[in-house]
Amino acid sequence: MNGPSLETRGLTVRFGGHVAVDAVSCAFRPGELTAIVGPNGAGKTTYFNLISGQLPATAGQVLLEGRDITRAPVAARTRAGIGRAFQLTSLFPALSVLENVRLVIQARQGRGLRAFPRVSAQRDLIAAAEAVVERVKLTRLAKSPVAALSHGDQRKLEVAMMIALEPKIYMFDEPTAGMSLDEAPVILGLIAEIRADPAATVLLVEHKMDVIRSLADRLIVLHNGALVADGPPAGVMASAIVREAYLGGALEDV
Amino acid sequence: MLRAILSDDLPRSRLLAVLLAVILVVLAAAPFLLPGTRALETAARICMFIVLVASYDLLLGYAGIVSFAHTMFFGMGAYGVAIAAAHLGPGWLPIGAGAAAGVALAALTALAIALFSLRVRAIFFAMITLAVASAMAVLVSQLSGITGGEDGLNFRIPRELTPGFRLLEEPVFGTRITGRVIAYYLVFGTCLALFLVMLRVVNSPFGSVLQAIRENAFRAEAIGYRVVVYRAAATCLAAVIAALAGAVFAVWLRYVGPGTTLGMEIMIDILLMVVIGGMGTMYGAVLGATIFVLAQNYLQALMERAAAATAGLPLLPDILNPDRWLLWLGLVFILSVYFFPAGIVGRLRGRA
Ligand SMILES: Nc1ncnc2c1ncn2[C@@H]1O[C@H](COP(=O)(O)OP(=O)(O)O)[C@@H](O)[C@H]1O
Ligand SMILES: [Mg+2]
Repeated sequence: MNGPSLETRGLTVRFGGHVAVDAVSCAFRPGELTAIVGPNGAGKTTYFNLISGQLPATAGQVLLEGRDITRAPVAARTRAGIGRAFQLTSLFPALSVLENVRLVIQARQGRGLRAFPRVSAQRDLIAAAEAVVERVKLTRLAKSPVAALSHGDQRKLEVAMMIALEPKIYMFDEPTAGMSLDEAPVILGLIAEIRADPAATVLLVEHKMDVIRSLADRLIVLHNGALVADGPPAGVMASAIVREAYLGGALEDV
Repeated sequence: MLRAILSDDLPRSRLLAVLLAVILVVLAAAPFLLPGTRALETAARICMFIVLVASYDLLLGYAGIVSFAHTMFFGMGAYGVAIAAAHLGPGWLPIGAGAAAGVALAALTALAIALFSLRVRAIFFAMITLAVASAMAVLVSQLSGITGGEDGLNFRIPRELTPGFRLLEEPVFGTRITGRVIAYYLVFGTCLALFLVMLRVVNSPFGSVLQAIRENAFRAEAIGYRVVVYRAAATCLAAVIAALAGAVFAVWLRYVGPGTTLGMEIMIDILLMVVIGGMGTMYGAVLGATIFVLAQNYLQALMERAAAATAGLPLLPDILNPDRWLLWLGLVFILSVYFFPAGIVGRLRGRA
């Protein structure tokens, strides 16, 4: 059996007296999709922020393929293989869809400091970006500035930005929140594709039970920052439903 | 070919293309088209401001960095040349060495400011540049033994660039090819080259990262760019280009003083030119600088005539009094910013 690709040990962050993530120890393996649930304010996004580096941990460690990255800056973690799609869409609004994705591929290939070739002459980058844009079905909007896109299309691009990174760890934070019923399948289909890759480690914050049932290999529950349940989705959900009141309706039956 | 020279960044507006072509042709042929030294002075000033404003646009419009030290870097190049020429004599070597020293000083200062302050917050960077630029201005006026203090430095330049020098015995198209004409082409050629280099840089992978950082530094970092490195590189590059413009302009003026290079007024002029022309467009610098310098030089004369023409009427001659030219300039700027929030270039490209 492979060792974990990502692991947190006693990972903790405090804001004043408030413990937002409370000594979370958890290991994630390649080829495994772990769904993360918990009521609003449970600390799911904050847990992601500690892993991808937007927040410094108060205590504990983050290990990527056994290497301690707890103190590494955000950009270094990304280059080491941690990919993140944000709950609050975070894009380059005035730039086109294609340019947003191209910038990601350019970052991955470490070509950002080239100051003399023309962007328009870097055909391989543009072609690679077009392929990713096609995967999220945004080709017809490729030349539009992101600011002009609908919420659903911006969510697709948010996911495309992570896919373009080709990371080892994929972190989806409520990827389909606020999307219409006919848009969500594009994203869910992509997550299913990524899950089929035995090298990919996937973390997915998601509230919808049917999505978790169909995609997740494992389910963990965060509550008040602490990891309170961990196991196969069916088992955890059964007990979670029993504790529905306690969890404050973290799961939505659809 | 043209696409490569313009780095695939075409004007994307027929009127803009025409305006740019006219400005280019007039500046390129200025010694032959425009009679008189005043006109040539103006043309050289426009060339220099185009580069200075474009390099500021690289910072503000592309990288989203607010700096108040841009004239300081310009001054470093200018004073580098002036101090070397005034103290070592009027050869090409002192001028070259002075320019190199000024550019190196600008690059190092920019790097130090960037690394010291860009990690923190954009506003902190702006404040630091203001503080450093003010300190430098005080330093220059204090060290009068070297810098000439408030009086500045007059210096001599190589004979080949002086009005007395004749390259050819016969005039060309009715114009004598004096050292002054050669000096003008030195300014024009350097400025054109620097502008095209900047146009290439903003359309390069590096330039695209700057725009990404301007749009969303948080995400730029999250996809793997070390934002500090890119901001520092942009700051240094803009400083180096400003210093080069300063060095060339000092050679042209044969004089450097605090008022012409280091002053806050020039900093504000640059800001206005960027905004009027259109931020983040490069071509905006061309239009902004041209219009501004022309207005600065000719608005007063124009008003004088207007005042004379309306002499019989009530109130009008008073409002058109040449002494009020600053008021009118201010009014023109307020109106242009109000009606063209994306600048002239943004307006011409139809997205204002
Ligand atoms: N930077 C911060 N400063 C202070 N409190 C924070 C910060 N980030 C998150 N929190 C708090 O941590 C808790 C967990 O938030 P979050 O991780 O966003 O929850 P979830 O994603 O599970 O809905 C919340 O109470 C939130 O207010
Ligand atoms: Mg959240």
